[in-house]
Amino acid sequence: MTATLGRFLILASVLVSTTGAMISFAAGRKHAPEGVRWAQRFAYAFAALMILATLTMEYALLTHDFSVSYVAHVGSRSVPTWVTIVSLWSSLEGSILFWGAVLGIYIAAATYLNRDQHAEYMPYAIGTWLACGAFFSFLLSGPANPFLTVPAAADGPGPNPLLQNHYLMVIHPPFLYLGYVGMTIPFGYACAALLRGRLGLSFLKPMRASLMVPWIFLTCAIMLGGWWAYEVLGWGGYWAWDPVENASLLPWLTATAALHSAIVMERRGVLKGWTVTLIQASFLLTILGTFMTRSGVFNSVHSFTQSAIGPTILAFLAAVLIFSIALLATRIDTLEAEGRIDSAASKEGAFLFNNLIFVLLTFTVLIGTVFPLVVEAVKGKQMSVGRPYFDAMVVPAGTALLFLLGIGPALPWGRSSRQQILKALLPPIATGGVLIALGAAFGIRNGWTLATMFVGGYAAHVTLAQMWQPLVQRLRRGDSFGNALVNGQLRRGRRRFGSYIVHSGAVIVLIAIAVSSTQRTQHEVKLTKGQATTIGAYTLTFTGTEVRQEPNREATIANFNVAKNGTPVTTLAPRMNQYPQMREPIGTPAVYSTLKGDLYLSIMNLEGDTAGVLVLWMPMVGWIWFAVILMGIGGLVALIPSRAVIAVEAKDSVAAAAPALS
Amino acid sequence: MLGAFLVAGAAFVVIAASSMNKNLVYYWTPTDLVANGDKAYGATIRLGGMVSAGSITKNAGVSGVEFNVHDGAKTVHVKSSGVPPQMFRENIGVVVEGTMVKGGYFQCNRLMVSHSNEYRAPKSGHPVDKQELEKLMKSTEGLETK
Repeated sequence: MTATLGRFLILASVLVSTTGAMISFAAGRKHAPEGVRWAQRFAYAFAALMILATLTMEYALLTHDFSVSYVAHVGSRSVPTWVTIVSLWSSLEGSILFWGAVLGIYIAAATYLNRDQHAEYMPYAIGTWLACGAFFSFLLSGPANPFLTVPAAADGPGPNPLLQNHYLMVIHPPFLYLGYVGMTIPFGYACAALLRGRLGLSFLKPMRASLMVPWIFLTCAIMLGGWWAYEVLGWGGYWAWDPVENASLLPWLTATAALHSAIVMERRGVLKGWTVTLIQASFLLTILGTFMTRSGVFNSVHSFTQSAIGPTILAFLAAVLIFSIALLATRIDTLEAEGRIDSAASKEGAFLFNNLIFVLLTFTVLIGTVFPLVVEAVKGKQMSVGRPYFDAMVVPAGTALLFLLGIGPALPWGRSSRQQILKALLPPIATGGVLIALGAAFGIRNGWTLATMFVGGYAAHVTLAQMWQPLVQRLRRGDSFGNALVNGQLRRGRRRFGSYIVHSGAVIVLIAIAVSSTQRTQHEVKLTKGQATTIGAYTLTFTGTEVRQEPNREATIANFNVAKNGTPVTTLAPRMNQYPQMREPIGTPAVYSTLKGDLYLSIMNLEGDTAGVLVLWMPMVGWIWFAVILMGIGGLVALIPSRAVIAVEAKDSVAAAAPALS
Repeated sequence: MLGAFLVAGAAFVVIAASSMNKNLVYYWTPTDLVANGDKAYGATIRLGGMVSAGSITKNAGVSGVEFNVHDGAKTVHVKSSGVPPQMFRENIGVVVEGTMVKGGYFQCNRLMVSHSNEYRAPKSGHPVDKQELEKLMKSTEGLETK
């Protein structure tokens, strides 16, 4: 019954999205206002159907209806309710359904927010979105149908244990989907601009905002994936240049480049076609990422599922690629430049270099990820591109980007005199020097890390100076601090202020990555009960193991007492979780986090009273997670619509008036 | 400026290609390894196979282990300095990453046991399936220990 309802909803959404897409494109061509309203109605209908289908699946999961194929595949009566709820995205078919619901919400929100605006572009945008929606509902109706009727069993196997093993695996996929799926919206706008043959400055605002939203989610998703790997996989790292990790990084690189080139477009009227190209590339890379993660071509740790839908996604990827290239080839000259770039030593020059490096980075990662696949397809030989390739290519590029992050904001727009440029560029060198000295004092001798410290210090100086410049100007004029903060940072320069928050986060992330990857120390050791091992100032004493029965697993826990310079500070309990459906236990390392770094302890094996462990000291690693969250917050600040900020200001002025009265 | 960008792009392609060529990791079975002869020395190899019965010697007290890896046809002696993972035992599929040393053994930097639940060890006496081994090697991607 539930399965039939689900299938009906999916088939209805196929019908609604295909019809809606055709109506939308026709409405765009004919400039018909009535057609636009119908396009909007179809967009809302698609969203409603997708959300209903997802709710139907949640209902089937929660009621343990094992006659629904997906529930029979991932459901279990013995797992906690929260695991049952998140089972929706634990396997292939459910995650595509979840994808559809997220796409529906995005489409409905974007349609609603622009219901009375941009009438010349919106029908084309809605048409593109619904065409993408048609593909995903088609996928759900056939190759990845989660609502097949199967003979009902009494119980099911439950979702992949890796999902149950750590809470980060629960929140990482939704963030990734929100990031991936959200790229459909700016893609629709980019196609609309090309199809319409115009890209006015007013349309840039929704385009940028629609790019910023998935960017924020993707930024957090990449970090959450790394954090999960660090907390769960037990090898003591957060990034391995695994194809699946690369798949999430690729669209992020092009989207970041597009967010920057859009600023140049806004200020100088150039780079229109380029920005549109970057947006289309971001969308294509999300589809490529879906193909890589969901088709099983890379059989890696992250690929929990394999299926026959790979070729279907590949066909969609090819279709979108051909459509995008054809559109760009025939229409890009309609987006003519309204200005020009005069000088390389200017803010727009720095933006160009930024874009160049981001694109080169994208190619570096893309080639390294896809090359082994091509070799295997052509020659039938298996190989992979080793980590040193990625490190050798990405480290210099990352350092250069960090340097640009300092230079760009310091430089003025347009042509300026040598003195102006030197005045802007010289002072931050001092802060860079201070950071090198600081790094050297902490014992850093690695050249690249010191270089990162220098350019990081340089960039931090510029970022903070730029951030507070409007505030300082207002304070000098005699404004109160509260007013200066609200007017100078949050109201007028809110987008600028937000982007500098993002930049501050990026500076911290890059320094923390450099320090944690070059200054880590580690050793592997076998300990019997009562023995101890030392790393840095810490001594870890193995006090024995215990076995604990938990509802969905059996845990073997090794207990360690940790002392710093002889004083007990904490206990660590890395464990091995044995799930009934897994042949092997999943290790869960234990981490003691401090501001300076993490003490990381992972069990390799346990035999009676002997534990083989990996002990690691990872300096600054916790900074990465929090700095990425800071980047996300900065993105949100840049995104908040003016109205909300004005409301805050109104409240603030009332608050400011109150003490004046008393 | 466009010219400068083109030059930078060309330089990038050259650097990327040479860097990638130097850092390829070959996925080989013991048979592939033996067949490649001298070419095997120095290259980074991900070797997949079964741990031979009775071949495991653990160094008492300190971490480190030696064992043979075979694919039914050829056998390679492997030395590893790390602590082997929990599942490591005789007759299990393993993937070792490292280089072939002139001394006639394989120096392993990473020792991985597959996390795949689908891989089943073949019954003793049966030849080891090459496809299964290739799947095994792929399944350990990302399970880095460095």
